Amino acid sequence: KMEKVCDAQIKGVSTGTTILAATFDGGVVIGSDSRASIGGEYVSSKTINKVIQVHDRVFCCMSGSLADAQAVTKAAKFHLALHSVQMETPPLVIAAATILKDLCYRNKEELQAGFITAGWDQKRGAQVYVVSLGGMLVSQPVTIGGSGSTYIYGYVDAKYKPDMSREECLQFAINALALAMGRDNVSGGVANLAVITESGVEHVVVPGNKLPTFHDD
Amino acid sequence: GSNMEGTGPEWLSAEVKTGTTIIAIEFDGGVVLGSDSRVSAGDAVVNRVMNKLSPLHDRIFCALSGSAADAQTIAEMVNYQLDVHSVEIDADPKVRSAATLVRNISYRYKEELSAHLIVAGWDRHEGGQVYATLNGLLTRQPFAIGGSGSFYVYGFVDAEYRKGMNKEESQKFVLNTLSLAMSRDGSSGGVAYMVTIDEQGAEEKVILGNDLMTFFDQ
Repeated sequence: KMEKVCDAQIKGVSTGTTILAATFDGGVVIGSDSRASIGGEYVSSKTINKVIQVHDRVFCCMSGSLADAQAVTKAAKFHLALHSVQMETPPLVIAAATILKDLCYRNKEELQAGFITAGWDQKRGAQVYVVSLGGMLVSQPVTIGGSGSTYIYGYVDAKYKPDMSREECLQFAINALALAMGRDNVSGGVANLAVITESGVEHVVVPGNKLPTFHDD
Repeated sequence: GSNMEGTGPEWLSAEVKTGTTIIAIEFDGGVVLGSDSRVSAGDAVVNRVMNKLSPLHDRIFCALSGSAADAQTIAEMVNYQLDVHSVEIDADPKVRSAATLVRNISYRYKEELSAHLIVAGWDRHEGGQVYATLNGLLTRQPFAIGGSGSFYVYGFVDAEYRKGMNKEESQKFVLNTLSLAMSRDGSSGGVAYMVTIDEQGAEEKVILGNDLMTFFDQ
């Protein structure tokens, strides 16, 4: 009987995952679950951090192969820091997203990583960008990604409103993550979120047992 | 790769599926069923106005998903079997009986068939009931969703469902869920069909695309 060898074992730990980012009036919320699994059969980490700070007011969330995503984020952090020093100004969110996009696009054959970039800059305020698997870059007011995201397209479409307040947007993000984690078996653990505004960054962690519950919980 | 002339377009040989969104929900006194209307064969939409809510008896309907041929055949067979059964017992059949007949076929032929039917209706013993029969399982639920479009709305129905909704709220819930799924699932679309069943009978309705809910990005 042949051992089942899945892509994940070759590529390293994979993030079956749920990630999201949403703009509100004055800032942006970015968040994810915290589960890393191997091939959907074993949870290799219950508390992995998928919300990475790439600069003071720019964060990104990774999906796909965790190994690939970590390597790309490390390279992007370096390029962004250098760019920011050369420009003598905090980087634009679109600059961070473009650096990630370039890495993903030029190495599309080898890589299997997608990103959501969210942040605040002086020029355009709060923004969210999506870099998809092949290296497409798109700006959206709200976006979701990862395997768990399929289950919450309907919820996000119905419940997201542009220009919500900070509290409304944070609650919306926590609800969406909780719903996805409840249905996707490769998403779970705690909800890690960051709220980014002109004045700073606030980290919010919601442990599994404090997540909102729904009618059948 | 090269393509031989004469094999024709891919959709001529592709299996015809009701890649679909179907939903049924129980309220106090009856049930509401809903479905989209798209039937696809590969990339082509071969019917954009198909009614996937099929009557099994006066107050029992089923919602079809999966392979169009398989689903229709199961519905027709059960329709016949229920007719015979209701003559034998000289009464209207129970919803559970209809669901059991569907489940028996789905389970016995599970290797050959590829269809999921949700059975819902009203009878005087238990009132409104919804049964899911996926893969030959029989389970009664307060509401059930199915088809390819259902994956996108699991989060929405989990968040929005509340116990004890009345008829109007249930109808709204069904239509909103269908709108969301139809706007995201490539295999769901067209118009929405809705059937409301209670003691008085079954009322069928068609809701056109432009009368459905729209969202922040439309």
